[in-house]
Amino acid sequence: MSEDKKAEAPKREAVMGGKSIPLDITGQPMHWLVRPKTIKLLWVLGIALLALTTWLGTTVHPHAQFSIEGTLGFYSWYGFITCVAMVLFAKLLGLILSRKDTFYD
Amino acid sequence: MTDVSSSLLISPSLILILGAFLLPTVNGWARAALILILPLLTLGAIWQVGDGVQMTAQFLDYQLELVEGSNLSRLFATIFAIMAFAGGLFALNQKTTVELVAAFAYAGSAIGVALAGDLITVFLYWELMAVGSTMVVWAARTEASGRAAMRYALVHLFGGVVLMVGIVAYIQDTGSIDFTLMGANSFATWLILIGFLINTGAPPLSAWLPDAYPEASWSGTVFLSAFTTKTAVYVLLVGFAGEQVLIWIGVYMIFYGIVYALLENDMRRILAYSIVNQVGFMVVGAGIGTEMAINGASSHAFTHIIYKALLLMSAGSVMYMTGGKRKCTDLGGLFQSMPLTALAGIIGALAISSFPWTSGFVSKSMTNQASYDEGMLIVWFCLMAASAGVFLHAGIKFPWFVFFQKDSGLRPKDPPWNMKAAMILFSFLCIWMGVQPGPLYDLLPYPTDYEPYTSAHVYEMLQLLLYSGLAFFVLLPLMKRKLTITLDFDWFYRKFAVDVSARLAEMASKLIGAFIWVRDYLISAVIDAASHHHNPRGVLARTTPAGVMVFWVVVVLFAYLLMYLFV
Repeated sequence: MSEDKKAEAPKREAVMGGKSIPLDITGQPMHWLVRPKTIKLLWVLGIALLALTTWLGTTVHPHAQFSIEGTLGFYSWYGFITCVAMVLFAKLLGLILSRKDTFYD
Repeated sequence: MTDVSSSLLISPSLILILGAFLLPTVNGWARAALILILPLLTLGAIWQVGDGVQMTAQFLDYQLELVEGSNLSRLFATIFAIMAFAGGLFALNQKTTVELVAAFAYAGSAIGVALAGDLITVFLYWELMAVGSTMVVWAARTEASGRAAMRYALVHLFGGVVLMVGIVAYIQDTGSIDFTLMGANSFATWLILIGFLINTGAPPLSAWLPDAYPEASWSGTVFLSAFTTKTAVYVLLVGFAGEQVLIWIGVYMIFYGIVYALLENDMRRILAYSIVNQVGFMVVGAGIGTEMAINGASSHAFTHIIYKALLLMSAGSVMYMTGGKRKCTDLGGLFQSMPLTALAGIIGALAISSFPWTSGFVSKSMTNQASYDEGMLIVWFCLMAASAGVFLHAGIKFPWFVFFQKDSGLRPKDPPWNMKAAMILFSFLCIWMGVQPGPLYDLLPYPTDYEPYTSAHVYEMLQLLLYSGLAFFVLLPLMKRKLTITLDFDWFYRKFAVDVSARLAEMASKLIGAFIWVRDYLISAVIDAASHHHNPRGVLARTTPAGVMVFWVVVVLFAYLLMYLFV
């Protein structure tokens, strides 16, 4: 995500309140939420949140009916790995089944 | 039909169905008022329906149970009426009256199914729904919607025929028309099950849903998302709870929805695939069939109707304000100019993903819990993976590609007040039911003491979802949208069957051509031969001069002379 944003970052900048703010595609100062600095901050916060939830998960000891469920950070790695697997499977299926969207026209 | 006996003034479903036909007769504020009042009157009537049979009618030799109340039927009828209200509010500026008439008749028929006590009544309302929903698709009045409506009608009429044959065979077998738990244990009940499953979007015909729904108008799809698949869930819960095969059909639907939505570029087709995905969870619940699972499936249907309609309202608002843009490749960055629409989309997306403190968390979790309680390891693993996958394919993908991602430069405003009001209402319900699940749990078919907010459950779900989010952003380059569609079973009837019939027609015409050629050749050969021999110069018709004859006589005589001399 951050690379995409960097690549698209416009060259022109506006100076507002002593700060230089990049301009968006319409020539207006970029919305604060999509400025490269904010996005970098969101990544840092996001990773901190991930670490926090995994840690919180280890603080409770539910009765694990299935043994694998008791492994360290089960829901974290299971969520991540299954999502990667689903995306890769979808991409493979897409290689076979994708057509231009005018296929039926 | 004669001898209607009833403890009710009127069947709740008829208020909407008959009321719908008043809509074309009024304009302006009266039309708006009627659109909002009809569903509320229906809702009031639904809450008057007590347990047991409330309205009967004599039809041929059968006593139809037009209205029969139970916790389950009131739950579904209630959410259908709420949906008709919010859908009507959202669609107030829809100029095509035929869409609203069809949508209300469709909603009323869905309520009719939910309150029906016998199979014949179920079937009658079932077919009315097919007609109403086809009209809603068709009402967009584009070439694509006309074609999609025709394909939609064909699939549903086929499903209707299968269901009717099943019902007739069932009545023949058992002599009863009562709609009750039957289980798939005979030819008749299998046909009924297949008829029901076609409407859930089950394989192999799942493609009818993402093919037809996104072609309706900006408001039409909001209605379509709610009724057909959820009435199918209702009839599965009544007729086939605990039928094991449903578990695996549901699991297939769940992953089908995720994988196809991941590949999709059209925002409303993404949401349509995710309807199949979500209904898959409910079908699994019906298959597990325990009290917890049935509570899970029915509460999930209730909450799903709200958040899926909210998502489609958000998508519909984007279409309405951008002149019909639907493709992710054309959209992006819209959060800047339509913050309320973006917020509604995000709340809907969090609810569909079962994020804690949203309605999805307190409903879908019950189905997951039911599989866990029953010790179904593989099913539970599938449901957990799918819960993460929902966040991936709908929860992040829809808001990200529509409202964020690259800046498309589009700056549409938020839609008119009524559309905003409908989105605010459903956003509120998504969060309120998530924070206060009590009132929803009170409506469920079985009493429950399920406690969704244990710290273990909250942390588990947060981990699944947030790491799913990490996977999304890490794999973002792979998710980049292209102008593609993904082939599905509908290829067989949209391309293969068309190509085969074109080829057959070509072969047939060639065969006929060859036959005509042979026939013509033979006739002309006969004519040629006849004319060759019989024309004025032909061997058999020509007149020969006397000299030629004398010449041949001389030849014969000469031959005779030679033979006489030497033989």
